[in-house]
Formats: sequence, C-alpha cells, structure tokens
Amino acid sequence: MNRGGSSPSAAANYLLCTNCRKVLRKDKRIRVSQPLTRGPSAFIPEKEVVQANTVDERTNFLVEEYSTSGRLDNITQVMSLHAQYLESFLRSQFYMLRMDGPLPLPHRHYIAIMAAARHQCSYLINMHVDEFLKTGGIAEWLNGLEYVPQRLKNLNEINKLLAHRPWLITKEHIQKLVKTGENNWSLPELVHAVVLLAHYHALASFVFGSGINPERDPEISNGFRLISVNNFCVCDLANDNNIENASLTGNSFGIVGSLSELEALMERMKRLQEEREDEEASQEEMTTRFEKETKESLFVVSGDTFHSFPHSDFEDDMIITSDVSRYIEDPGFGYEDFARRGEEHLPTFRAQDYTWENHGFSLVNRLYSDIGHLLDEKFRMVYNLTYNTMATHEDVDTTMLRRALFNYVHCMFGIRYDDYDYGEVNQLLERSLKVYIKTVTCYPERTTKRMYDSYWHQFKHSEKVHVNLLLMEARMQAELLYALRAITRYLT
Amino acid sequence: MEKMSRVTTALGGSALTGHTMHCHLDAPANAISVCRDAAQVVVAGRSIFKIYAIEEEQFVEKLNLRVGRKPSLNLSCADVVWHQMDENLLATAATNGVVVTWNLGRPSRNKQDQLFTEHKRTVNKVCFHPSEAHVLLSGSQDGFMKCFDLRKKDSVSTFSGQSESVRDVQFSIRDYFTFASTFENGNVQLWDIRRPDRCERMFTAHNGPVFCCDWHPDDRGWLATGGRDKMVKVWDMTTHRAKEMHCVQTIASVARVKWRPECRHHLATCSMMVDHNIYVWDVRRPFVPAAMFEEHRDVTTGIAWRHPHDPSFLLSGSKDSTLCQHLFRDASQPVERANPEGLCYGLFGDLAFAAKESLVATDSGRKPYAGDRRHPIFFKRKLDPAEPFTGLASSALSVFEMEPGSGSMSWFVDTAERYALAGRPLAELCDHNAKVARELGRNQVAQTWTMLRMIYCSPGVVPTTNLNHSVGKGSSCGLPLMNSFNLKDMSQGLGSETRLDRSKGDTRSDTVLLDSSATLITNEDNEETEGSDVPADYLLGDVEGEEEELYLLDPEHAHTEEPEYVLPQEAFPLRHEIVDTPPGPEHLQDKAESPHVSGSEADAASLAPVDASFSLISVSHALYDSRLPPDFFSALVCDMLRFYAEQGDVQMAVSVLIVLGERVRKDIDEQTQEHWYTSYIDLLQRFCLWNVSNQVVKLSTSRAISCLNQASTTLHVNCSHCKRPMSSRGWVCDRCHRCASMCAVCHHVVKGLFVWCQGCSHGGHLQHIMKWLEGSSHCPAGCGHLCEYS
Repeated sequence: MNRGGSSPSAAANYLLCTNCRKVLRKDKRIRVSQPLTRGPSAFIPEKEVVQANTVDERTNFLVEEYSTSGRLDNITQVMSLHAQYLESFLRSQFYMLRMDGPLPLPHRHYIAIMAAARHQCSYLINMHVDEFLKTGGIAEWLNGLEYVPQRLKNLNEINKLLAHRPWLITKEHIQKLVKTGENNWSLPELVHAVVLLAHYHALASFVFGSGINPERDPEISNGFRLISVNNFCVCDLANDNNIENASLTGNSFGIVGSLSELEALMERMKRLQEEREDEEASQEEMTTRFEKETKESLFVVSGDTFHSFPHSDFEDDMIITSDVSRYIEDPGFGYEDFARRGEEHLPTFRAQDYTWENHGFSLVNRLYSDIGHLLDEKFRMVYNLTYNTMATHEDVDTTMLRRALFNYVHCMFGIRYDDYDYGEVNQLLERSLKVYIKTVTCYPERTTKRMYDSYWHQFKHSEKVHVNLLLMEARMQAELLYALRAITRYLT
Repeated sequence: MEKMSRVTTALGGSALTGHTMHCHLDAPANAISVCRDAAQVVVAGRSIFKIYAIEEEQFVEKLNLRVGRKPSLNLSCADVVWHQMDENLLATAATNGVVVTWNLGRPSRNKQDQLFTEHKRTVNKVCFHPSEAHVLLSGSQDGFMKCFDLRKKDSVSTFSGQSESVRDVQFSIRDYFTFASTFENGNVQLWDIRRPDRCERMFTAHNGPVFCCDWHPDDRGWLATGGRDKMVKVWDMTTHRAKEMHCVQTIASVARVKWRPECRHHLATCSMMVDHNIYVWDVRRPFVPAAMFEEHRDVTTGIAWRHPHDPSFLLSGSKDSTLCQHLFRDASQPVERANPEGLCYGLFGDLAFAAKESLVATDSGRKPYAGDRRHPIFFKRKLDPAEPFTGLASSALSVFEMEPGSGSMSWFVDTAERYALAGRPLAELCDHNAKVARELGRNQVAQTWTMLRMIYCSPGVVPTTNLNHSVGKGSSCGLPLMNSFNLKDMSQGLGSETRLDRSKGDTRSDTVLLDSSATLITNEDNEETEGSDVPADYLLGDVEGEEEELYLLDPEHAHTEEPEYVLPQEAFPLRHEIVDTPPGPEHLQDKAESPHVSGSEADAASLAPVDASFSLISVSHALYDSRLPPDFFSALVCDMLRFYAEQGDVQMAVSVLIVLGERVRKDIDEQTQEHWYTSYIDLLQRFCLWNVSNQVVKLSTSRAISCLNQASTTLHVNCSHCKRPMSSRGWVCDRCHRCASMCAVCHHVVKGLFVWCQGCSHGGHLQHIMKWLEGSSHCPAGCGHLCEYS
C-alpha cells in the first residue's frame, strides 16, 4: 500500500542496530531503505494475513462487537488467522477493559500502559494512551509515574515482579497493597489489576513475537504518543528469508535439510508416542530432566544483534527507552533465569498444588466475577486449538507439541508438572525454537525477525502465530498462578 | 433400635469413643482414608504418606510408608484409598500418573506392591470395589478411567470419557457393576464395568468441573455431586433421567462430599479454596449447615467418616498439615447462632414479624411501640413431623398494621435529601444540617449538629442562633426556636416562626462568611442575655444522658424513636478525595484566627475542666479560649452516635460519621460502622433515595461498603424491536441486527448517554438533543410532538 518512501521520518519507524548505526555514522549520505512489508506484521508477508482476512466476515463482526477502539487493529488482523481463538481473546479483553469491574475505565488503560511499558512495547502503549484519554483519563498522568496517585504507583512493584520474575511475589507484596491505609487496594480491585497486568505482559510478548507493525494512521497526535517504533532493525528485515544464514541453528538439528527437518520432527513425535508404552524413565531421571530443562534454558541466550552489546554502547540513542521509562521504575530489572538463583531452592511451583482449574479460577471468579469463565474458556481454547495439520501434512495429532510448548514456557517460570516428562521438550523443540520461545516470553522486546524465521522453516505463518498464541497464554497463566497463589496465601 | 444393634455388631461389641483432637503432620495432606476397623487412618500428600492409629486421646503414628532415600514422584499422592474388605490393602494415585498399591502385610520395610504406569497424566482418584477384593478403579487428568485387577499386571479395561479430565470415580455401593465418574467439563457419567465401549448414561450436573461425587450408603439411587460452581447436588439415578432431588448452595467450590452414616439426609462437604471449614448439611435444609467444624487454618483436603455406621466421628486432613478428629457433638451449629426472627415491611408500611413463639410471648409486653398502634395477627405454622429442627420451626408470625399517616417517614426522606455530607467546610455542613433538622422539627438533632460544630470547629464562627436552640428544646410544643429574642414573643405562632427560622438561618451564614470577628461580638451579647433567661438544666452538657431523658420525658417526641431515622444529604457531586482528607485546611485556618478571639474573652479560661453538667454557654466560651483539642470530646461524640444508632436513628449516626470523617472514625470499631452504613443504605434504598444512598456509599470510609459500588454495575437493555436482551452490546441487537438506539438528530448509534422524550419516545445524544431543543420545540424525529427538555 502506500509506502512512505525513504523520508527520514519514515526511517524513524525502525530501530537501528549497532552495525547499521556505525555505517550510518561513517557516511551520512546512506539512506536506510524501507522495509518491504507494510502489513499488520513485520514478520508475516502482508498477503498471508490479508488473504485470510477478506474471507472472514466473522472477524469483522467480532471487531465491531468487542473492539474498544472500534477498528481492526494489527493485532486482531494477525490473530484472525485463528478466528476461533480470536473470539475468546477479544471477549475477555473487552470484558476486562469495558465491562463490569471494580476499576474505573481510565485506570484500566493506565494499568495496561504500565504493563506494556515493562517491555517497552510502544505499540500497546500508544494504543492505550489514546484509549486512556478517550475514557476521560487525566492527561497529566501520562507524564509519568510521578504524576499518578500513590495508589496506582504502588502497583509498580507487583508489575515489575509479575513481568519478569513472578516467582518472587509473596503474600507480603499483596499485604503491602491491600493494607496501606488510605491508598489501599480492595481485593477485587487488585485482582482486576493483576489480570490486566498479566494480560498485557503476555500481549506484549505476542506483539513482539509476531512483529506487529505500528498502526498505520495514528490519530491526531496528542503529544503523549511515543514515536512508533518497531524494535527491529531494518537490516534485520531486509535479510528476509535468510535461512542459511541462521547462525542459531548450529546444533544437531540445524544441519538437517529443511524439508527433512519437518519429517524428523514428526518422526520423533511418533517415536515418543510409542516409546511411552515400553520405556519408563525412573523418577530421578524425571526430576533431573526438569532441572536440566530449566538449567538449559540458561544457555539459551536470547541476545541477538545489537542487544548483546552492553547497554552503554547505545544508551545515548535509546530515545524510546527513556520515553517509555516514565511509566516504570527500576527499568534495569529484567528476567533472571529461574534455575540460576544459585542459592538452590526457591522451591519450584508444583503445578498440581495450585492449578488454574481448581484454585486460580475459584479465586479469580470470587473476587472479579465472570472473568474466571472468560479466561477459563480462553485457556482451554488455546490449549485445545488444533487443525490437525503440521505444515504440509494433515491429520496429525499435535497435542504433544502443544503441550511441550505450553509446559516449556511454564518451566521457564519455574512451574513444574509432575506428570510431564521434560525429555519430550528436548525431543520436540529444536534449539532455535527454544531461543525464540525464551526470547518471546522473557525478553520479548529483543525478538528479531531472524529468530522468527530461524525455526520451523516449513511451517505456515499461521502455525507460527499459533505458537505465539500458545506462548502468550502460557505466560499469562503462569503470571496469574503466581499472583493468585500469593493472594490465596494472603487470605489464609 | 435396629440401628443401634447394627452399630454395635459392626463395631464388634464396643462403641467408638474418642474426643475432638488433632495432630500435626509434617506436610500438607491431600487425602485421607480410614481402615475398616475404624482404628487407623492413612494420610497422603505430596511429601507425606503415613498411617496413624486413632486412640482415645490422640493420634499415634504407626507407619511411615514413604521409605527410601530419594523421594520419588510415585509417592507424591493426589489420592489414597484403603480397601474396605482387606485391611492390608491400600492404593494411591500419584501426581505423575502412577497408580500404586500397597500391601501392609509385606514383611519388608517397603510395602509397595504394584505399580501401574498406564495413565499419561495425573491420576485424580482411585477407588476400590466395595465388595470385590481385587478390583481397583482409577480416573485421570488424561480423560481415561482404568480398571485394574490386582492379580494382573495391567489394566483390565479402559474407559474413555470422551470428554475432559476425570475428577472422581466411585463404585456404586449397591449395584455391583456400576460406577459413576465426574468430569472437568461438568458431566457425570454412569458406567457398567463390563462395558468399556460406552457409558450407560451421561448428564451435565454442574457448570464447570465436578470435583467429587458420593453414592448414598443406603439409598441405592442417590448420588451426591459437588462442583466448582459452589453447589452440591443430589441426584436420583433410579429414574430414567437423572433427577435433581436436592441442591445445596455453599460459599466456595466443593472439593469433597461424603454422606453421613446413619443419617439419611446428611452429608459433609469441604471446599477447595478460600473456605477452611467442614460443613455437614441436611440436604432438605440447604441454606444453613446443620453443623460446622472450624478447626482447620487452611483448606481441608480430605474428609472421611470414621466408621460406616457411626455418625458422630469425622476425620479430616488439611493443607495446614493437621489431621483432625471431629466429634459431631462438639460441632458448632450455625442454626443456633442464626437469627430465628424475620422481619418484613409490606407495601403500605405494614410490618410482619416472625419469631420463636416463646420469644414473642415474653416480649409482647414491652415493645415500645406496642400500645394502640399494634394489631397483631398470629399465625402458627403446622409442624412437619419429619422436620428435624422442631425446636426452631415453631414460630409465630405477627403482623403490625400501620395507622394511616402515623408511620409517615417524610422527615426521613426530607432529611436524607437535604443534608449536606461533604464538599463544604465542616462548620458549614454542621450549620446546614442543623438548619435542616430544625426546619423539620427535629430539635434534638439540630442541637446535636450545633454542638458538633462547636466541638470540632474552633471559635469564631459559632452563631448565636444555634446556641439558642437548646432553649427551644425545652418547649413542650416541640417547635424550633431560632433566637432567644424571639422566644417569648413568638411562642404562639408556629407558622411565622418557622419562616423566620429560615430567613435567620440564611442571614446568619452570610455574616459568618463575611466577618467572623464581627459576629462574634454580637454573639457574645446574645449569649449573655440568653443565659439569664434559660434554666441551666435544659442546656445539654452531657449529650447522651440528657437527650435520653428528654426523649423519655417528652411524649411528643416518641415518634422519632421509630426504627428508621436517617440521613441528611444533598446531591453534591462529591469526590473521593474529600473523604480521605476531610476539611483539614479550614481547620487550620480557624485555629489561626483564634488567638485574637481568645484575647477578647479571657474570662472563660477557667472553665477548661469540662464537666458533664456545665452550661452550654460556658462550653462555647471554653472552646474559644483554651482550645480544648477536639479529641477531648471524641469519646463523648462516639457515645452520642451509638445512642442515636440504638434509638434507631442510623441516619444521624451515619451522617455525623461522614461529616466528621477522620475525627471520630478511629474511635468506633469498623464493624459497627459497617453495620450502620448498611442499615442506612438499606433504608435509603427502601425509600428509593438512590442518589443519596449512592453518595453515602461513595463517602463511606469502610472498605466493605465502598465495595458495594463496585459490584454489578451493569445495566442490561432489551432490544426495542424484538424485546430480547442485548447481551453483548448495548446498542446493536444480535437477533434482529438492528441498532437499538439511534440519535434522532445525527442518525448515529448512541453508545453513551441516551436521552429521550417521554412523550414521543424519540431521543438521541444528550448534546444533540439539547442543542436541537434550543432552536426548535418540535421533536427532531419529525413526529410533530412538542418535546420539552428540562
């Protein structure tokens, strides 16, 4: 569609990686070429999404019904590849933003902004800055956290922990929020806020993971919008389809030709299915497998391109970060590997002892009625969503793969399922995919197109979006479980 | 008799004895099960698996089945069951999907017998066949149920629920081949153990997961199920379609349900979250639990009746790492604590009152409003001989009719509407409210407001008129007297007096604002004159005692004693902030002014020690000068509030509470405040004073109250064409795909405020309609109606 040409202002839409920047410094005349795709996603060719869209009246219907902005935004467009899921997603999002709930509307959007800011997701921030003002929020608040009431500011701590290290949340944190005299949160309000925070952290993962482009026609700027930036460098996008280049596929699976890669995966799935019956791993082995998986995720380094440079290298250029940072405190606080915390045991979260179905649901629903049902439906939907296809193959039972993805995300947050053999993760998820998963769930802002492209070459984009949905929901559930467990402990 | 003998035979001649007792476990329990000899209990959890002997006074650890150095996940138990035929046989379900059987007869330390690793996911439940020694059934998260024959290494048959995870499986006690299973999606299925291909019957029992079920030990067709939807349902399975016989609504999701032995209608439940108590319900009486055990500090995870024929011993294990034996006779019985009285107003103010007969009989003599206005009609309820709660069931119902006019509560409504509760300095609020009260002829209340003003707003601004009020009190006609100068002249003409009142009130507040020092001087004069006229006894020094007396003395005031009094308010748009920081700034200001004031009135300093009986005038003086801290009075004020509340005038209590805010809040305990607020709000709503009640909710500082405004704030609308509810959005009907509310001016859908003419029912955006009607008086839709907007 209307590409912006290579005007300097358009160039500002993308971050520059250090390499490009060096080149640019040397020679000011070089113009950065514009990325080719201007669809909803920087990763997915426009036609893939649009094709699916035109057919789908249902999506439009849903958008009309549940969208708060009243337009078909890029997230929705990309998600509409999975219309079934889209409905439960939009419905729950609409419910937490617009329907019956303890928090006033502008507060809800402000909380969304705070959550998105943890991951420097300017896309979501801009979106909610608009909505915040539209719902009658006080513009002054948008100047940063110092300008908001103490009560909202208090949420900052839990926002930070929830986003990066949810396992650190304790009942003391809850107590601090609930019992602070005049600035206290009532439990229903707190639950509402926690649901919003978790939702927007997870959504930020999706936005980065799917390379959602900034909305094309930002409404008249209100001065609070951040410069819409994609966190991908143009050079990264230009390397389109650079499969061979994928430096990350360096392990055992990497060398396998891309077509046989898919078959190999299916082969492994089949084998695992059969193996189950005869070979049973001993207990100790199961435990070590979990530990290995958590530990291994340590070495799955997510740093790619410029992000692996020490901060000081590009600090002066990171305008966005400073812009975003007004909504957060302690911007340096980030994900830290669950297994690393040297001092051995912060105990793993045993999934069976606090499940969403048994415990989380009851608590959420008790304090913030009906959201439980909507979230329940959404989790179920994403977990069970399947078209029984894998790339070109049809009639495949993908349960294992889905479960592996879901549990791997939980594993990175220290949630362990007794009845899951973490060896499966190793078998099913190749290294480049693990890198991608870890980046998307833990440091979404560092996702690059190269990572997105480097795994599952044969798979359709819609399948990769499906992966993103799984990651997003798994992450949201993990955050909710930790937060709700803390609230439960506070209550008992 | 027959039952008794059965118990004794079953117990081998000796009845069970024991106490309510508990013992500490090392780790949280997930499930418990009792041996058939009723003398041992097994506790299983993630990191505990032990057998305890139940002795007279205590639990004694008998055996630790968790052996081996490395704790294996096979030992992380989700469920445990003890065979009811063979006391050496146990089975556990592990969180990693393994089913383990244990043989206590094994000579080695490790009693583990067999290991079935057929389930892929966590096994939620295991169950032995009640009469077959070797049959074990398991239900798992993977959606399958498996039947094992313990003599074989593998499962005999696998049942696929075809739906989601299995949460519970239970063999029927009477039907040899039948078992029931419950599912995460709310279904209950009935299976024949011989037919693994499909279930016999399936029905949806709950909304959301069904966590548990239990067959009735005697009634062959009855199955109780408990679910996440907080319900316990009892189904009759003998009929063609499962029929819901009873339904008990609990307060939290139901984790376990167990029928109570020998009591046909009793069952015990415990919950999965939030609520830690164990309840025993009579299913015919689903609203109040028959008994309640409150020993646990964390959620109860397992319950079991100690003996299948003894209804009095219940064992329970909990996440708080304790094992308890509860004795039924030690249970707390909520029924006893429940209010056996019911009270209800009829449409025309009639009052119906139901209570225990005995209570009514003794009480009738001393009801304050008994006398002439009471025309009780008595009904007696026929007793159902089967009804177990006979003691409580015999009740009397009295109906009190209202004499026309006598019950008029217009003063209540007026006060509620006119009182100002916030948004102005405290002094003004008090003045305003005093004025309102006075105009409504409620002198005592007015007086109280004035006093409050004096106590909490330091000097300067106390207007004379208020002081004079105390004098008015004394007058038998109960009329408000505004000013002592008028006292004598005016005591005859009611009407004129009231009018005068008003005008005085107004001018007074004006002056106050203009120049406080000037008024002060005049005040002083007035006071003095007044003081000489007034018998000191009438001045209210001691708020509580004095007022009470007044009430008693003055029959004319009797009507004010009726149970509902209420609030004053004016519909000010109030902000939350105001609640939290009551007019602090003004307070300071007042203080700042006080020095020069006190200088001019040095004489009063000596009055500082406040005594209950000093005259009103001196109070004001004392305040001016020595500036007693307002805290000094707070105890008194609190007593006063309680007094009003007890008199039934919650309106006053709550209004003062709100107006004074922080000043007194901390001296009254939260619960009382909450109680006042709820009563008042209830009253307001009864009188349809929605705005006022909302304001009160908003201004309340009690968390429980302000939550009220945050719940169910949705308004559902119906489509104007098809009359169906528009559930998803308020402006487009899903059914007829039409927009329900179009703006007559701009022809767009109205999503926010919709204003319409009640004459022609056309309308639209508030702004648009307002604008339109400025320019035209006809309806914008062109229907020709002359719309009015006001």
